[in-house]
Amino acid sequence: MSQFWSVYIIVLVVLNLVGCAVLLFWNSRMSAEEAQRETTGHSFDGIEELNKPLPRWWLWLFVGTLLFSAAYLALYPGLGNYAGMLGWTSSGQWQKEVDFVDRQTAPLFAEYAKVPVEELVQYDEVLEVGARLYMQNCAMCHGADARGARGYPNLTDGAWQWGGSPEAIRVSISEGRRANMMAFGPMLGGEDGIVDMAWYVAALSRPELAERDDVAERIERAAPRFAMCTACHGAEGRGNPQFGAPDLTDGNWLYGGRIEDIAQTLRDGRFGHMPGHAGLLSPERIHVLTAYIYSLSLQDEDD
Amino acid sequence: MSDDARRIPLYQKREAIHPRAVSGRFQRLRDITVWLTLGAYLLLPWLSWDGRQAILFDLPARQFHVFGITFWPQDFILLSWLLILLAFMLFVATVFAGRVYCGYVCPQTTWTRFFTWIEHLTEGDRNARQRLDKAPWSRNKLLRRGSKHLLWWALASLTGITFVGYFTPIDSLVWRAFVWQLGQWEIIWIAFFTIATYLNAGWLREQVCIYMCPYARFQSAMFDRDTLIVSYDESRGEPRERGKRRRDEQAGDCIDCELCVQVCPTGIDIRDGLQYECITCAACIDACDNVMDQISRPRGLIRYTTENALQGQPSRLLRPRLLGYLVLLGVMTLLLAGSLATRVPLGIDVIRDRGQLYRMASDGFIENSYQLRIMNRSQQTRTLVIGLDAPAGLQWRYGEQHLVLEPGASRILPVTLGYDPYQQHLNSTAIRFTLEDESHARYVRARESRFIAPRD
Repeated sequence: MSQFWSVYIIVLVVLNLVGCAVLLFWNSRMSAEEAQRETTGHSFDGIEELNKPLPRWWLWLFVGTLLFSAAYLALYPGLGNYAGMLGWTSSGQWQKEVDFVDRQTAPLFAEYAKVPVEELVQYDEVLEVGARLYMQNCAMCHGADARGARGYPNLTDGAWQWGGSPEAIRVSISEGRRANMMAFGPMLGGEDGIVDMAWYVAALSRPELAERDDVAERIERAAPRFAMCTACHGAEGRGNPQFGAPDLTDGNWLYGGRIEDIAQTLRDGRFGHMPGHAGLLSPERIHVLTAYIYSLSLQDEDD
Repeated sequence: MSDDARRIPLYQKREAIHPRAVSGRFQRLRDITVWLTLGAYLLLPWLSWDGRQAILFDLPARQFHVFGITFWPQDFILLSWLLILLAFMLFVATVFAGRVYCGYVCPQTTWTRFFTWIEHLTEGDRNARQRLDKAPWSRNKLLRRGSKHLLWWALASLTGITFVGYFTPIDSLVWRAFVWQLGQWEIIWIAFFTIATYLNAGWLREQVCIYMCPYARFQSAMFDRDTLIVSYDESRGEPRERGKRRRDEQAGDCIDCELCVQVCPTGIDIRDGLQYECITCAACIDACDNVMDQISRPRGLIRYTTENALQGQPSRLLRPRLLGYLVLLGVMTLLLAGSLATRVPLGIDVIRDRGQLYRMASDGFIENSYQLRIMNRSQQTRTLVIGLDAPAGLQWRYGEQHLVLEPGASRILPVTLGYDPYQQHLNSTAIRFTLEDESHARYVRARESRFIAPRD
């Protein structure tokens, strides 16, 4: 708030308060002659106002509100830029409440932090806490059911681009991940080359496709160029969690498994970004969240 | 300041009203009603039901237990039905008999009456109290005043702690109050209601009725000339003549003893006619009836009557306005009873995932995901089944369909629905999740939502 508006507000507020007080006491008495009259002289639609005294405690209530206002304006922010004697702010209040909850839950989280993730997943109450953390921090991208969406990995299918060990999951959450699939359009020799390679890649997870004659032709044409892909995805296309290179043989498609989708991935590349949460969540919370997400992939193995 | 001296304050100091104690049939009736009111208030929180406090408004858990029923915030529509029902009860009572509520069961009346009794006990009746007000401070005055305020504070504290006892289990509350281990908010609310009771019933009394209570102000909209009011029969009483002996042959029955004024808790003279201060406590009726008995005149110089009856007009108590209110009251009672009887203590809310309209799963299925919030609002553990009304081909892909929920529990279930676009074509469509109790055919709840499919 600029200095002008600050002063403007202070002057208005103070004038109003003082004005109310002056008006109240200036008008608190009447002449003996006025007191004699039966009505106040106010008449609306034939209804007249009787001249009856008001109860004294109303006056004190009014004085009470004036005193309250003065005390409030001295203690809390209200007069322009003046911060108030208590130095109260809404963000400070919020921080206080967050700190309070953190203090309350700290012993619990500290207790959880001592238990390795592999063991933590056995405790339902920990997973419930993890589920709430997940809903607040992860569900907007990965979905309430954790089954992901286009561009956002499914966390329940046991397919892990960056590794599915508790440690790998923890790093994914706290530091985030950046995946970079280069655009191979120019290197694949035009649109036909791209589509050939798309069929080749699709057939890695669905070998039955190679039995179709037209597809077999495309695969044959694309095969020599697949050497370019092996640098990251490996000779057999099984991927490499070191660079977040996905397994191309498992039938899981982060950006869609139709030929058009794969062709687009090849042509333009893909750039996945999982933001790091170390600054948003405490290590203990990330520990519990890791356990929850680790448990999601375990469930699917059980089924 | 010299100018001020001649000017009169616009605000009037409250003159303490010391109503004289009076006995009679209406006061006996009021004794019963105020004891019932106070007794119900003090004892209700101590009742238990199924090992739990029968009436407990558990704010942190947002569950409101009233005997065998637990209400949730989603049931607040029932509270509005109840409030409307109570409003109509008040209308019926007011049209029929004026401010009977004020005189017989209003908490302000009840607590004021108990506080006045304490005053009577410690300081004596009206005259003694007036003398004590004027008397200089002495050992006697200090003792009487002190014990009065002590007893007032005791009753006020009992009221305050009982009030909080409706919101937190009262047995542990009272115990913790004794060992001085109350929580901060418990102390604040007990203190608030204690102080408010002490001020209201000890100091403000009729000021609440006259200056604060909205009901006193809008009651005139419900009064008519056939409403029962407490009234002085002017034609019989006037001209009044002081003293028992009737010197003037024309003199009416009123002997101007002023007892009706002295017993009035709001300090009015009923002989001035109907006044908005009158709370129809009928103290003046009892006082006057006692006097009439003494001077061997018929009772009822001050009585419950109507304005029409006073003026010799025919007066009908049963009239269209009253019957209309009675019909409305009946309808409201049926509505409330009906909605209570058919209430299904289960809840289901459906929240569609916000991030996306639909997604293609890795096996090619088109999927939508939802969060179902399932609530068991009853006091029994329930086995629940979640069903789906949707076009054929839409499959339940993920999420539990059977669950056991403890009393008062709620759970969020992620659910995924999907269809195989290679098998069939599906448009965006309305769907319905249903929630059923396996062992209770009547307990069914449903919630609409949508399944969104890609357009092609």
